[in-house]
Amino acid sequence: MISLFENIGRYFMLLGKVFSRPEKLRIYNRRIWFEIEALGFNSISLTAIISAFIGAVVALQMAITLESPFIPKYMIGYATREVMILEFSSTVVALILAGKVGSNIASEIGTMRITEQIDALEIMGINSASYLILPKIVATVLFFPLLTLFSIVVGIVGGYAIAYFTGIMIPGDYVEGLFYYFEPFSITYAIVKGAVFAFIITSISAYCGYYAKGNSLEVGRASTRAVVASSITIMIFDLILTQIMRV
Amino acid sequence: MIRADHISKTFEGRTVLNDISVEFDTGKTNLIIGRSGSGKTVLLKSLVGLHDVDSGRIFFDDVCYTDLDFRGRKSIRKDIGMIFQGGALLDSSTVRENVRLPLDLFTEMSESEKRDRVDFCLSRVRLTGADHLYPSELSGGMVKRVAIARAIVLNPRYLFCDEPNSGLDPQTSVVIDNLIHDITKEFNITTIINTHDMNSVMEIGEKIVYIHEGHKWWEGSKDDILLSENPELNDFVFASAMAKRAKSVAR
Repeated sequence: MISLFENIGRYFMLLGKVFSRPEKLRIYNRRIWFEIEALGFNSISLTAIISAFIGAVVALQMAITLESPFIPKYMIGYATREVMILEFSSTVVALILAGKVGSNIASEIGTMRITEQIDALEIMGINSASYLILPKIVATVLFFPLLTLFSIVVGIVGGYAIAYFTGIMIPGDYVEGLFYYFEPFSITYAIVKGAVFAFIITSISAYCGYYAKGNSLEVGRASTRAVVASSITIMIFDLILTQIMRV
Repeated sequence: MIRADHISKTFEGRTVLNDISVEFDTGKTNLIIGRSGSGKTVLLKSLVGLHDVDSGRIFFDDVCYTDLDFRGRKSIRKDIGMIFQGGALLDSSTVRENVRLPLDLFTEMSESEKRDRVDFCLSRVRLTGADHLYPSELSGGMVKRVAIARAIVLNPRYLFCDEPNSGLDPQTSVVIDNLIHDITKEFNITTIINTHDMNSVMEIGEKIVYIHEGHKWWEGSKDDILLSENPELNDFVFASAMAKRAKSVAR
């Protein structure tokens, strides 16, 4: 328990260093673009594949489960849309990215720690926490909401594709369901969740890597810790945000 | 000049540095030698501020470094160059980007001035033409030379080297030693080298400090080592039978 509080305290102290005034904004801008490419663009294909399949599976499951003359067929499109917007594209994609991006960040920064690259930056007078972590946080907080929207679109298209190719329902019914009782605020909700989860994944993973010590085994452990801690925190904040922003 | 005044450092109840007082001279290659685990790396890292000492004070010329806050230390750190054991080059950056980083962050130089400065530093360590390579594409000796170029790019007043010859063949070690020695003289830098390499001690050691079990055990010049009667120092420096014979011949 003491260790938990110690870690939380150190995490917030690290955030204090991360958000202190950057040395030169121009250098940070360059690094933000680099990180958007490394952490954002490189996650598009994984997000697309998973979202398309989940959208298709959700539509298929709904078609099977809602097999009743009393339930209109457009409910399949409606349910698929709601699942994608409210939970899958923000929360589940965040959990998947916690594995991919989180472990990447923790191992990158952890390796820099044990190979003294972070010490080298500190000796040069550079705020290493800000220089290394801030661009990653800005990049993911800006890009992950876009990735969430992308996931929603791809998932819904996946559901349409399964309807079109298998004939489980008329595609027109599916499309009708997509527009049925649509609440635009749910998109805002998904975007906010995407941004919050991006911050959680990046900052926690960076923290785990930044305080890694020892050898390559420790980098591996830091990476695992990053994924576990990010995933649990995402679930806790999913609950909190759902309660606060009830759609 | 860098001066440590009665500094001590403890890690988890184990005293690693015990009341060490030492002065390192400007324009000289000062060497810290000692067995593995004797505390010399902790001493070096304490001097640059990577470890905070438990007691004692450290002075950079007339400025008490230990009394400074983060901002004050940052201004001194811009005058410090450090070469780490493994080079500590940024893996995701090319040679040129590594050397250029301090210029990007701390100077208002134009692009052409930065390019010229980087070219000068790379030519000084004889690495012209390697600027587009990544650290993973360099040999051990090249990594050390890039680290030297990066360390001198801001014209530092103090240069710290943590085992700059580790993992290098004897010939490359001599090249690195001579490079550090020449740079020290050329720019009148206070250089402190942490080393195990006895060739370095006898080649470039103008002032040598021997650390034994966290204490400063001995200090002197490379000539003094040959005459020293200190048993621990002799056991360390002249560890092999051949070295012992060499010492007796020299005396």
